Amino acid sequence: MHDTVEYAHASGFLSSVWLLIAIPLASAAVLLLLGKRADKWGHWLGVASVGVAFVLGLTYFLQLRGLDNRAVELSLFDYIEVGSLHVDFGLLFDPLSAVFVLLITGVGFLIHLYAVGYMEHDEGRRRFFGYFNLFVAAMLLLVLGNNFVMLYIGWEGVGLASYLLISFWVSRPSAATAGKKAFLMNRVGDAGFAIAIFLMFAQLGTTQYDEVFNGIGAVASGTVLIMGLLLLLGATGKSGQFPLQAWLPDAMEGPTPVSALIHAATMVTAGVYLIARSNPIFSANETLQTVVVSVGALTLLIGCIIGCAKDDIKRVLAWSTVSQIGYMFLGVGLGGAAYALAIVHLLAHGFFKAGLFLGAGSVMHGMNDQTDIRRFGGLWRYMRITWATFGLAWLAIIGLPPLSGFFSKEPIIVAAYEREGWTAWLFGTAALIGAGVTAFYMTRLFVLTFHGPKRWTEDIDHPHESPPVMTVPLVLLAVGSVAAGGLMATSVPDWLVPALGDHSGEEAHAVMSHGLITALSIVVTVLGGGLAYALFRNGTALQEQPASPIVVAARRNLYADAFNEAVFEKPGIFLTRALVFLDNRGIDGLVNGLAAAVGGGSSRLRRLQTGFVRSYAMSMLTGALLVVAAFLALQLGWLA
Amino acid sequence: MEDLSLPKIDYAAIAPMLILFGVACVGVLFEAVLPKVARRSTQLVLALLGLVAALVVIVWQADTRVLTAGGAVAIDGPTLFLQGAIIVLGIMALLLIGDRALEHGGAFVAQAAVTVGSEADRRQAVKEQGATEVYPLSVFAIAGMLLFVAANDLLTMFVALEVFSLPLYLLCALARRRRLLSQEAALKYFLLGAYASAFFLFGVALVYGFAGGVEFGTIHDSVTESTQSTVLLYAGLAMIAIGLLFKAAAAPFHVWTPDVYQGAPTPITGLMAACTKVAAFGGLLRVLYVGFDGVAWDYTPILGVVAVLTMLIGAVLAVTQTDIKRLLAYSSIANAGYLLVGVLALSKDGLSSTMFYLVAYGFTVIAAFGVVTLVRDADGEATHLSRWAGLGRRSPLYAGIFTFILLAFAGIPLTSGFIAKFAVFGAALDAGEVWLVVFGVITSMLLAFPYLRVVVMMWLSEPGESTPTVSIPGGLTAAALVIGVVATLVLGVAPAPLLDLTTSAADFVR
Repeated sequence: MHDTVEYAHASGFLSSVWLLIAIPLASAAVLLLLGKRADKWGHWLGVASVGVAFVLGLTYFLQLRGLDNRAVELSLFDYIEVGSLHVDFGLLFDPLSAVFVLLITGVGFLIHLYAVGYMEHDEGRRRFFGYFNLFVAAMLLLVLGNNFVMLYIGWEGVGLASYLLISFWVSRPSAATAGKKAFLMNRVGDAGFAIAIFLMFAQLGTTQYDEVFNGIGAVASGTVLIMGLLLLLGATGKSGQFPLQAWLPDAMEGPTPVSALIHAATMVTAGVYLIARSNPIFSANETLQTVVVSVGALTLLIGCIIGCAKDDIKRVLAWSTVSQIGYMFLGVGLGGAAYALAIVHLLAHGFFKAGLFLGAGSVMHGMNDQTDIRRFGGLWRYMRITWATFGLAWLAIIGLPPLSGFFSKEPIIVAAYEREGWTAWLFGTAALIGAGVTAFYMTRLFVLTFHGPKRWTEDIDHPHESPPVMTVPLVLLAVGSVAAGGLMATSVPDWLVPALGDHSGEEAHAVMSHGLITALSIVVTVLGGGLAYALFRNGTALQEQPASPIVVAARRNLYADAFNEAVFEKPGIFLTRALVFLDNRGIDGLVNGLAAAVGGGSSRLRRLQTGFVRSYAMSMLTGALLVVAAFLALQLGWLA
Repeated sequence: MEDLSLPKIDYAAIAPMLILFGVACVGVLFEAVLPKVARRSTQLVLALLGLVAALVVIVWQADTRVLTAGGAVAIDGPTLFLQGAIIVLGIMALLLIGDRALEHGGAFVAQAAVTVGSEADRRQAVKEQGATEVYPLSVFAIAGMLLFVAANDLLTMFVALEVFSLPLYLLCALARRRRLLSQEAALKYFLLGAYASAFFLFGVALVYGFAGGVEFGTIHDSVTESTQSTVLLYAGLAMIAIGLLFKAAAAPFHVWTPDVYQGAPTPITGLMAACTKVAAFGGLLRVLYVGFDGVAWDYTPILGVVAVLTMLIGAVLAVTQTDIKRLLAYSSIANAGYLLVGVLALSKDGLSSTMFYLVAYGFTVIAAFGVVTLVRDADGEATHLSRWAGLGRRSPLYAGIFTFILLAFAGIPLTSGFIAKFAVFGAALDAGEVWLVVFGVITSMLLAFPYLRVVVMMWLSEPGESTPTVSIPGGLTAAALVIGVVATLVLGVAPAPLLDLTTSAADFVR
């Protein structure tokens, strides 16, 4: 099904592609090591390093366009070589990594610039930029590696940086808890990813992209399925998809530029990158693709339903991120030509979601860091630039033509309707409903924030527009929100052909005509938006109102947290306590403890003290008896 | 009656051990004859010189592959590599042991026999220099470990086990501060160690009953050829494994580890965590790969369960620890599990990756305990985790070093911990032990949590009133730290040379 994957060796100017990673990394090292000495100018160094990386990335991109084989590999050194294990420390610059480099450094540069203003009064600003640069370096490594181990290294790096940045404001306990939650849920995904890599080793003896992709055809279908599911688990963890979606909205505890760069534009899309990059693996198994599509469809609905019920401006945007990435998963799951559509949506989303987050940050900046949209209203008069740019990004995300969201989202809906049989109706309609609900909650957000009566708290008398260092990035991102979709809709899929395969010749038939689907998606968008405007143009109640069970469920994140707590946290705590008990008291502690519990004497229980050598010896003896018994049982054939 | 003749001995091959035993004996003599003021520096220099000389001989002997002393000692690739590792790690530990800049008189008590809390004890606590017997004792322990990894029969192995264990029991009791805790730890370690030794010895007797000999070659032959009932063999192997797993701190024989690691003087904890681990796994590798490889199919599942249990217990219990030394102890238990995964690959890759892991872990863990010695208040080391909150503000350099070390423990890429885990898991997968790798990956993800909790605590918490200061290390501790951190970084970024070395060394002689 797939042509042989072959990468050329990097030569000439392209052989310095490692600079992309080295520059932000060096800047991060300077910022973190120099300490207070760099407080005065450190943030500008951070901005400049990402800016330089963007210019470099653009140059490499132009170079790559001129090549016949638009994929070059650069092997820096042998990283791991033990027995049959061989891992290259190598980079791959191909169309897919090129567009990610441009997104990360381009949007990253604007957000860095914005953060100079946003973090102005924070004494940890230099440290913040250090972590921020570290993140950019790790993210670039993630997309530039030429094998799965390099991808994993970047994957861990961005996870670490994100964890540090979420907990950046440690004085808030909620920030620390959110950091912890993000870390733990990502661990679940990472474990899946790591096992997938080892599985690759066991089956194919390599993790180099080209060798894996060329060899995947020879692997048994069941193994491919398991490998793909494990990769998917990793992807859902990083991208906040079902069933690991609960951490992403909590991650909004970090500073707003972090939410914009990491938890909206770049890091959370790493899961989409992983699946797009591994497209030969996912294309090799249809069940696998169906699972990915289902995850995407389910998550996009979960995200927009919860988004309707939230009143915190950043949380609404976070759930909309979850939902939009659901569209991207839907796209990469559909496979074929839809891989490229998902990437287009990812890039377009990078612009308008960054714009929305930075706009939200600008609103918070003017409103004493409040985030409750029930206490906003009428702000358009006071922050015109924020209002205009946020408005354009809002129109883009709900997918109104001719803004970028229309060109990127609508093709995915069409592609979903192009599936075979009844699943076309299922997934296509889910995507269509999602578009309508998205229009509803985003309009609600926009109207409640900028229009209608003022519902401000007493301490706010005159909200102010943000300084130019914050509004200039907003304007640039707004331009991207308007134009990017139309520009990329056809050019990017063509450009990505070397990485994702050529699907232009494939005939596909949707269950409805193309034009009808387009018309329907515009209609549901307008309906959703209109309904929200009608309901919320006069403001809303200031407190949470009693509501139907569905709304309550949405307010409680569809009970995902309660589910996690009941299914994972409680048993985990119980297991830990049980182990601690066993370990402290040894086996005889357990036996005697049971006896004492049966006898009912708590004072007797207390006398069974911890740390006695005899308890330790007893548990060693028990262990020894078990080991010897196991050996003998084996000998006598009981176990074999 | 047969003539008794002395077996031929290749003195050059066993020279490293001879040197160290000699140096240790001279050290004991020095204790008797040298004046008190000159002892400490002389002993330290003597011990370091002895270790360096032994290392030089090992490097010079690098290509030796020989069975000597009547087949009791095998000098081959793994022996030489592990001996070299023990010596290098031993030198680092000795640097920590020798440091007196952090605390007046060093980390050791002057006279261990003085009753705790008595007038004499108070006097010696403030005034007197620490005991200098620690140097010859450490050298004895290290020399015993060298013999342990070279032992080619079960009796020699048992003798070596006792030779390196006894000095360690003593050393554990010699802490200058918190002496009761230290003495309790030593007593526990001794009692349980003796208990485990009894298992080992009983196992040797049973295996002798089966094979009619204690040399690994003889055992190997009778395992493959003998037709008699194998009950003795299996029971014997199980008990020998128990004795070795005890030293390696594998569950359920790990119970001593947290108490002993916490109670022992921190430099000695470093010595145990690094060198004892190398020795214990060196011995286990030889027993399983050379002596009992014929029944590999039978012991793999059982030891696999032990490995999984070890990883789980280490990882889960590390989460609840509130003392940094206990946390590192549970991490050391979990690492024993990962090492067992490598051992159970039962292949050349398994052997080489386990050896790599031992070295990588050893460097990192000594550096970790080195940092623990630095964080102190008026009462000595401040090991409670709450005391480490905000350390990053007080002393970014040492908090940074410790962060790096913890990231290496967590197996974050670009540190030696990542490569080491990658290598052992890769070897185990090649051998088809998928379930071990799955548990390994899951527990290592779990284990990253307590490490990162410490990192966050150091960097993101405000320093409280009780945040202790970090002492500026003396030259010796600083040297050990630099070696450990640089090795952790280099082995993470450019592991190829050491991986090549372990691969070329991964052949036992039989």
